[in-house]
Amino acid sequence: MGNRNLILGAVLTAIFTGAALISMIWVPYDITVLDIPNKIKGPSGAHLLGTDHFGRDILSMIMAGARTSIAVALVAVGIGMGLGVPLGLTAAAHKGSLLDELIMRGNDLIFAFPSLLIAIMITAVFGASALNAIIAIGIFNVPVFARLTRSGALSLWTRDYVLAARVAGKGAARISFEHILPNVTNLLIVQGTIQFSLGILAEAGLSYVGLGAQPPTASWGRMLADSQTMISFAPHMALFPGFAILLTVLGLNLMGDGLRDMFDPRLRRVRG
Amino acid sequence: MKLLNIRTGLISVLALAASVGMAQAKSDIVVAMQLEPPHLDPTSAAAGAIDSVLYSNVFEGLTRFGADGAVNPGLAESWEISSDGLAYTFKLHGGVLFHDGSTMDAEDVKFSLDRARAEDSVNAQKALFAGIESVEVVDPLTVKVTLSAPNGSLLFNLAWGDAVIVAPESIENIKTNPVGTGAFKFANWVQGDKIDLVKNDAYWGTPAKLDKVAFKFISDPTAAFAAVMAEDVNAFVGFPAPENLPQFEADPRFQVLVGSTEGETILSTNNKMPPFDNVKVREALAHAIDRQAIIDGAMFGYGTPIGTHFAPHNPDYVDLTGMSAYDPELSKKLLAEAGFPDGFKTTLKLPPPSYARRGGEIIAAQLRAVGIDAEISNLEWAQWLEQVFKGKDFGLSIVSHTEPMDVGIYARPDYYFQYDNKSFQLLMEELNATTDPAARSALLKLGQKIISADYVNGYLFELAFPTVASAKVMGLWKDAPTQATDMTAVYWAE
Repeated sequence: MGNRNLILGAVLTAIFTGAALISMIWVPYDITVLDIPNKIKGPSGAHLLGTDHFGRDILSMIMAGARTSIAVALVAVGIGMGLGVPLGLTAAAHKGSLLDELIMRGNDLIFAFPSLLIAIMITAVFGASALNAIIAIGIFNVPVFARLTRSGALSLWTRDYVLAARVAGKGAARISFEHILPNVTNLLIVQGTIQFSLGILAEAGLSYVGLGAQPPTASWGRMLADSQTMISFAPHMALFPGFAILLTVLGLNLMGDGLRDMFDPRLRRVRG
Repeated sequence: MKLLNIRTGLISVLALAASVGMAQAKSDIVVAMQLEPPHLDPTSAAAGAIDSVLYSNVFEGLTRFGADGAVNPGLAESWEISSDGLAYTFKLHGGVLFHDGSTMDAEDVKFSLDRARAEDSVNAQKALFAGIESVEVVDPLTVKVTLSAPNGSLLFNLAWGDAVIVAPESIENIKTNPVGTGAFKFANWVQGDKIDLVKNDAYWGTPAKLDKVAFKFISDPTAAFAAVMAEDVNAFVGFPAPENLPQFEADPRFQVLVGSTEGETILSTNNKMPPFDNVKVREALAHAIDRQAIIDGAMFGYGTPIGTHFAPHNPDYVDLTGMSAYDPELSKKLLAEAGFPDGFKTTLKLPPPSYARRGGEIIAAQLRAVGIDAEISNLEWAQWLEQVFKGKDFGLSIVSHTEPMDVGIYARPDYYFQYDNKSFQLLMEELNATTDPAARSALLKLGQKIISADYVNGYLFELAFPTVASAKVMGLWKDAPTQATDMTAVYWAE
């Protein structure tokens, strides 16, 4: 069961990652060139997924949009891990100390706000751009990884081999990196996949409200926003980017679930 | 048993109410528009949304704009102009009452005009009153306005929403409780939702045909489409999504009026910011732009190409679109001559309307084709006013100038696009001092040519004004000669 999810998820993810990679060297049509006389055409041989309100090829837009989505989500998850994991390790190493309290209550503070709200706040204050969207999505990823790392690390700190390392005179930082971190990697990979899919949704959401990547950079969320008033007579303009978001997020979630089952069969039994 | 009686009673009451409703023509209407006014004083803000709700409905001036843009008598029933063109004597209508019951007389006119032109006035169009030297009360129904120099457009100026007559008794709370002389009274404002007006039974002129008018504010184009389709609103003035108009046209429940506006939609260019201070660069911009592609792509074909800052339906309009015909090769050549063979980078700051957002994407693509890299940033109106209009921190922008006959803004070097041309300023001074219609027409035509030849801004198209309404609503203005939604003659056909 888990294996099938994993394969399906991996295939979907590979398709969109592949599309994103190919779009770096080739797309069917240049999306920065508008072809107004050919606007709002349904799918055809020349344009497999039709054209949008500026006559741009929707397939090309989706490929280039995949690049934007994946790049934004990947960097954002990178920021979340890069900051969250060391914070979590530190908190676990100094459990119960003032430092631990500071870190974890700081995380609670970020957690207290709905993630998309923070993202909107940040992009509204610093201006709408892909970079600010990355920072915004990255920031609300930090507490996710910090908490996960801390809880994973806490259970490891009582293990015998950690005790042995302490007896051998290793410092907290060294133990964290040499013994704790390798053992929470599984958790991080699973969570990373899930956060990656959330990042793609967040990017689409921000672009939808106009706070993500700015034109002419292609973005799935903005494609949806642009097609909104035309959905009644040009449904293909909304359906295709909508499916792209749906399938990518579905693929990543299935892959995340599959990975979790693979790494930790015990967890699957517990969670049913 | 008792319960049953109540129920039958209730049903018969409902049936009665329904039959009464059937017998009479509908007397209330819900009119939707995109923007909500920031407050309700048309004499102290530039926001057109204030006039869209209140002009002619609640507030009236000495003169008023008709549906065709002509200047008609308003609160002044007649006027005399002295032979030197310096003194205007207005005869006011008698028996005009403000909505609070006080009489409108010459004192109120003097108060309104003096307030608008005062040193500390916050009127958004103070230039309208600039030539007025004094306002005198001759008797309660006669006012004499003396000018420092002849001004051929005084009657036109006094028809603006910024020149409406207000009363000193009610001025303090005008921003939340506007008291005017119009055919409708202000009733209620639910902020973020709607403004209700009710019929003024004591109106001095032709009474309104409707008893109640509700102005609803729907800014989102998708919500606008849904509201009209579901008939939650009876009319939508300035419908924001031109792509949806064919669907309404095909539906017998609705009528679509596509009128002209005074909205010159321009690619505003910061004339003081290098490289746009070089006329060659501005000329290159003009030739890089394909107007028809913008009209088709951004407005779905609704809009008239313009080559200068003037409304095409005006008799004095000169078609100068040929001066800036689409020619990317010429544009590249001009850029090279100006010292930018590889183009340059600039900013393109866009306010929310779809003409700007979509038009901006199209223009950015067209400019990219000649090597100009215009970085788009989408702004909300407040940010746009702050950064572009007040702060002048922009390279390019797109906006529609909806004020009537506003070519005079080119004589103001501190206006946001910062065009500073002495000969044009002198021309406008001459125009203001000229009353002869033929001479004025010649000056206006010359003025259009000067700004077109200087490529001050990129002239794109005259905004179309689409109104979608229930097929039974009659008497709506088709065109928008000024920012107004005049409901005084609107009624329901049976």
